[in-house]
Amino acid sequence: MKNRTKLPSLYLAVVLVLLYVPILLVVFYSFNESKISSVWGGFSLKWYAQLFRNRALFGALGNSLILGGISCLSAAVIGTLGAYGMAKARLRTKGAVEYMATLPIMMPEIILGMVFMAFFSLIGIPFGMGALVLAHTAFCVPYVFMLVKARLVGMDPSLAEAALDLGASPARVFFDITLPLVLPAILSGMLLAFAMSFDDVIISVFVTGVDTPTLPVKIYTQLKTGVTPEINALCTLLFLAVLALCGLAAFLGREKKGGAGKAPEGLPGEKKQ
Amino acid sequence: MKPKKKNKGALAALPLYIFTLVFVLGPLLYMLALSFMTRAETWGVVPEFTLENYANIFQPVYLSTFWESIKLAALSTVLVVLIGYPFGYFMAKLTAKWKKRTMMLLMIPFWTSSLLRLYGWIIIFRAGGVLDSVLMSLHITSGPLKLLYTYPAVVVGMVYALVPFMIFAVYSSAEKLDFSLVEAARDLGATPFKAFWTVSLKLTLPGLLSGVVLTFVPSMGLFFIADILGGNKVVLVGSLIQEQLLKAHNWPFAAALSVALLLLTTLLLFLYRKAAGVKDLEGLV
Repeated sequence: MKNRTKLPSLYLAVVLVLLYVPILLVVFYSFNESKISSVWGGFSLKWYAQLFRNRALFGALGNSLILGGISCLSAAVIGTLGAYGMAKARLRTKGAVEYMATLPIMMPEIILGMVFMAFFSLIGIPFGMGALVLAHTAFCVPYVFMLVKARLVGMDPSLAEAALDLGASPARVFFDITLPLVLPAILSGMLLAFAMSFDDVIISVFVTGVDTPTLPVKIYTQLKTGVTPEINALCTLLFLAVLALCGLAAFLGREKKGGAGKAPEGLPGEKKQ
Repeated sequence: MKPKKKNKGALAALPLYIFTLVFVLGPLLYMLALSFMTRAETWGVVPEFTLENYANIFQPVYLSTFWESIKLAALSTVLVVLIGYPFGYFMAKLTAKWKKRTMMLLMIPFWTSSLLRLYGWIIIFRAGGVLDSVLMSLHITSGPLKLLYTYPAVVVGMVYALVPFMIFAVYSSAEKLDFSLVEAARDLGATPFKAFWTVSLKLTLPGLLSGVVLTFVPSMGLFFIADILGGNKVVLVGSLIQEQLLKAHNWPFAAALSVALLLLTTLLLFLYRKAAGVKDLEGLV
């Protein structure tokens, strides 16, 4: 019995280690005194010092945080209301619109980048933060929409009906009954949407303005031209931030254990039923 | 029972309706229109109907880009299946506690910037980089391999970036699998292989196929991976579209290429629905 379970565990461990190797190398070389990443020149924090003097990079980080925040918030509103309304709607176009609403994450991102670039110049939206927010919202909506929709399907409709029968207005029912019940799904969707937005290069490259580069666009350009180890330092800090957030999520998840709802960890693949 | 009351909340879908029509359907329709327009001599487009952009795709140089891109996507997908399927499957067999831990360990790289991870591969592949140092100190190779800016480097980058999607898709399918069915097959005399083939694989097929779609489709478009790890040696359909948009400024041609890529994607999604018998992609969100 023991031998049967050991091999798979070993396999899982090996793949996981391989997943982390490139990341850990970036972290490791961020402390490298030498500028050339293949040479170890001793421990140094100079790239961190240089990073904190790099206004442009921090500006880009700020842009990305603002962009991700606004996009995932607007996606939360549009997606949640949309999933709620669609569950009630009896329109003939419902299926088609639902399909279209999820299209942005079904097709290659490059197509989205292309269509937004062309469309925004057609209707005169200047490239920059506004264009970025619209484009990012478009691919953030599906995450919230699909997760909330799945959650609504699994919900007991008699709760809302009971409230309606007792005289609550539909808006009241939505805010008092439905919203608290779907909140974990909304948060999962928002988290996922934020991560996608924060990481997006392909779509942003096409609609970004000169004065509002997002962090991935900035890093992408640097990786193409010459990399300075500042990027290592920045990447290391981002990695630590992700670690801290995941740790926090795990901690909160533990606190909530025993509750009926799933922890809002936003794990892909946790959907369905 | 109370159709009137039930319909009341439908208005909430209005923002989604409007947003989807204006910012999803609108741009896509414009792309379609654009693909039939003529490129202006200096800048922009002229609304003159032409089929030239589509005819252009069939020029040998572009056709071969499509073909090479499909081959690369197919190769990456096969590797992703080989690595990701067992992972997702084994993971579903873990205890609840370890499932959670493994999921967390998977999420961390997934949440970490994909560019950071790409950069890690540059450090590994670069001439005289980590891989060369390791191989040379083990006396497996005598000189630097110069793997950066080669085809294999791009394949590794793709596989690395896309394997999590396969794992999530397979896992979400395998998690629903009742493993007692596999045991029953074994008890009835099936070999482990046969039990896997007839029971497990069949029941996790939606996840596997969904993973294939989620790997194959992006790997035609992830131009920045080809760019950064392949130099300009590996050209994807995505790279071609990007180049036509940002460098050649031939928007109608870029639109025609996008339409072709979208058709290919739609075909794959259609085949997925036929084969898996479900509407939504397994483990997509």
